[in-house]
Amino acid sequence: MTFRTDQAVSLGHASSEHRWLEHIYLEHRALFGRWAARLRRERLAILALVAQPLVWLVLFGHLLAQMAADAPVPGHDYLRYMTAGAVVMTVFNASLEGGVELLFDRESGFLVRMLAAPAHRLSIVTSRFAYLAVLTGTQSLLILAAAYVMGVRYASGLGGIAACLVIGGLFGAGITALSVALAFSLRSHAQFFPIVTFAGLPLTFASSALVPLALMPAWLAWVARLNPMTYAIDSLQGLVMHGWAPGSLAGTAAALLGFDACCIALAALALRRGMR
Amino acid sequence: MTARSDAVQAVALTRDFAATRALDDVSFTVMAGEIFALLGPNGAGKTTTMRILLTLLRPTAGSARVAGIDVTRQPKAVRALVGWVPQDRTADPLLTARENLSFMAGMYHLRPAAARVRVAELLELARLTAHSDKLAGDLSGGMRRKLELAMGLVHLPAVLFLDEPTLGLDITARRSLWSYVRDIRAGGTTVVLTTHYLEEADALCDRVAIIDRGRIMACDAPAALKQAHAVAALEDVFLAVTGQGLPEQPPADQLVSP
Repeated sequence: MTFRTDQAVSLGHASSEHRWLEHIYLEHRALFGRWAARLRRERLAILALVAQPLVWLVLFGHLLAQMAADAPVPGHDYLRYMTAGAVVMTVFNASLEGGVELLFDRESGFLVRMLAAPAHRLSIVTSRFAYLAVLTGTQSLLILAAAYVMGVRYASGLGGIAACLVIGGLFGAGITALSVALAFSLRSHAQFFPIVTFAGLPLTFASSALVPLALMPAWLAWVARLNPMTYAIDSLQGLVMHGWAPGSLAGTAAALLGFDACCIALAALALRRGMR
Repeated sequence: MTARSDAVQAVALTRDFAATRALDDVSFTVMAGEIFALLGPNGAGKTTTMRILLTLLRPTAGSARVAGIDVTRQPKAVRALVGWVPQDRTADPLLTARENLSFMAGMYHLRPAAARVRVAELLELARLTAHSDKLAGDLSGGMRRKLELAMGLVHLPAVLFLDEPTLGLDITARRSLWSYVRDIRAGGTTVVLTTHYLEEADALCDRVAIIDRGRIMACDAPAALKQAHAVAALEDVFLAVTGQGLPEQPPADQLVSP
């Protein structure tokens, strides 16, 4: 009896050495499909993903707009000011929890089963990035549409909305990488959620999401200037309220890329240790 | 038999975990088309051996070839040729039986059209066609096990590794799984399994390796082992070569339902 290595051909395997691109496509198709199918089965999670950003905008937006009626908010319209913050906060929250599914897979043994397959190990992580980019992009569009209905107009037009999604994606990628690093560094998801919750709110308040830096105490403004979230929000606010500023946009994009690179390096380190 | 027809060749495998030697100079050969068992109590080194052969763990010393390919030098090539069904329930409970199989097909690089055909075949083989759109989490214990097995077969592996395949199954589900494993072998796949059920090793396997405290104590066909030790049951062989009985044997008449 000999081995049926010819089976590869009869099965329609993409098995030639030059097929690595097709392999990566097939892996991502399977992985992305799985992330999406898991979401489809969790009706409550879908509801939360839609409701949470709208709650930020409608409830807090209105509430804070009344308190901020006499405050010197840029653009003199708090809701308009806060739209950018609502988008970035939503990207931030979804991305910060984005790695936990990998932690679930580590706990259940599903991850090890994936590691025993010939698929590229990095695809497991990159598919998660792609999935979160689509998810948070959809959420962002929802917020921007809701804000439009509430009277917010976009100074940079449809192109500006596309730029918002790109900036949001760059920011989300770094946060997702941090979340993945956390997922591979912790022993169980019981540790994951307290850390994420603990980190989430202070980082949000120490940014320009809800309050302009000019209105903050000096020390908080100083902290906020170190927060990558502030850079993403400032760019989006510029696009929403003032129109195109190519120079500063490029600067933000470069800064966020640097932030992403650091986070991805950290995640790679955690992965190498955690995938053993 | 030529060397090419060896499905697994383990040569002097040794593996240390910190100060503990989990495997000590383990050598054995599995021939193509066999159903082969690594038989031993928990902690004997069965799973460590399997993880090395699956390229999930590197040996401290020694070498191994699966389907003729070195597991430490070409792990990716080995992964494409072997299937694995772990002991834990690892099918995604939020995916249907069909979705779980399609997912694995993608991870083994089957193109979508070929994957659809293969998934339908596997659902048929596992007698799950009528349940293909049920969530894996809603399947009965026996059906879930068959799905787990089918997930290890999407790419028609040359060698299929099963880690304690019937753990926790009642006798009906166990028998039905054995006949399923025989069907898999009839399709040309070599099957290597770990078990601590002597009855299972006796009824299902062509040859068994008895492993205890990281060492191979005996390796032959169940009948030959019994003959060599002039005993009637594999249990007595085990007693003779290891000096101890195997704990946790299921009572023959009353087994836990899944």
